[in-house]
Amino acid sequence: MWREYLFPQSVAEALEMLHAHNGSARIIAGGTDLVLQRKEGKATVEVAVDISRIPGLNGIEVTGDHVRVGALVTHAQVAADPLILERAAVLAEACSKVGGPQTRNVGTLVGNVVNALPAADGAIALMALDAEAEVVDLEGKRWLPLKELYQGVGQCCVDACFQIVTTLRFRSLESSYGSAYERLAKRRSLILPILAVAAVVGVDNGRYQEVRIAMGPVAPVPLRASAAEDSLRGRPIGQEAIKQAAAKALAAAQPRDSVLRGSREYRQAMVEVLTQRALTRATVAAGHSLE
Amino acid sequence: MPILTMLLNGNETSVEIEPGELLADVLRDRLHLIGTKIGCGEGECGACTVLVDGLAVTSCIYPALKAAGRQVTTIEGLQQDGKLHAIQAAFVECTASQCGYCTPGMIMSAYALLNENSNPSVEEIKESISGNLCRCTGYYQIVEAIQLAAQKLAEEGGETS
Repeated sequence: MWREYLFPQSVAEALEMLHAHNGSARIIAGGTDLVLQRKEGKATVEVAVDISRIPGLNGIEVTGDHVRVGALVTHAQVAADPLILERAAVLAEACSKVGGPQTRNVGTLVGNVVNALPAADGAIALMALDAEAEVVDLEGKRWLPLKELYQGVGQCCVDACFQIVTTLRFRSLESSYGSAYERLAKRRSLILPILAVAAVVGVDNGRYQEVRIAMGPVAPVPLRASAAEDSLRGRPIGQEAIKQAAAKALAAAQPRDSVLRGSREYRQAMVEVLTQRALTRATVAAGHSLE
Repeated sequence: MPILTMLLNGNETSVEIEPGELLADVLRDRLHLIGTKIGCGEGECGACTVLVDGLAVTSCIYPALKAAGRQVTTIEGLQQDGKLHAIQAAFVECTASQCGYCTPGMIMSAYALLNENSNPSVEEIKESISGNLCRCTGYYQIVEAIQLAAQKLAEEGGETS
């Protein structure tokens, strides 16, 4: 499978290993996607640079008003982490839905992003959190908004043969915020969603102050429903406002007809339903009743 | 070839492997621990479930070298002195096995659960085996077996303490 399997002890050493192999080595973390891609003959690099023994990459921490998630943090860790449950519940919820327990114990959230599937639960929630990724290479490090990482289905602008995403960060959701993740799938485990919607709302004086809605897979990349978000900002909270926003989310979604996931029409209709549910639950989570 | 050294079922074990070998293949083909089954080979069915440092993982997609220096527990590590582990005995008692192919993985997932949670709810049991597919039983007897095992383990714990 791999000609060499390396364990760097630091990010700098990992970058040197990648550089020395000049495109024939790539980063592996949990490997739950990469190993499958290799079995399918898709990822053909000869050398694996496994970052799982690099100290300092496996933590979830709060610095200032940001939550930071290291490259080795697994979906299981995120789903059960008290900090995430308190400050980014939508992400815990999304991560609890990925694969099965075994996949969540090994697969990392950063891997979910770098693998760049539009149906990736973790990435959809991170889009609604306005997350950024720290990309490191020999030239230095920089923070990139998540949406700038995506170039198409399965295509991430981070080149794992030369670069590493070391950390994700996003603003903590304060107590005036609520969030929720709604997911539709053929069964409850071991399957990608037919459709998923992540919502984050901030409420001030009974009005939506901040609204972020991300959905997938309705386009080649996880998508923000900007028109729906705009339509809610400044409006008093309520079912009518949520309904109208959900209709705008529907208009923005362009799901394909899919043998696996259902017809375009069905999935569009469900965008509206899931957006409504997610916004309702997020509003309630922000401490408001919608009766 | 690299040497993989791990604490396998409580014994320090070293084995020469290819750099890219997967843990399930090393266990089965090099160490002849064929209790770990390979069903789908894609990390979907859970038949290959083993514990690495206490966490259930699908060994068919787990690069073996990741296990270096870690504690690996396979189905062979459960019975003690020829006596079945309580979970294994409960699977027998509840007829939770039909063709048997998923059984080692099911038991390992249940084992991971009961190590963390000695008194799980039915929902928690279902969640713990949600990464294990069984095409024979319909799962009812499996859930019953895990409930029974939890009860037996609690009783055993009570006796020894």
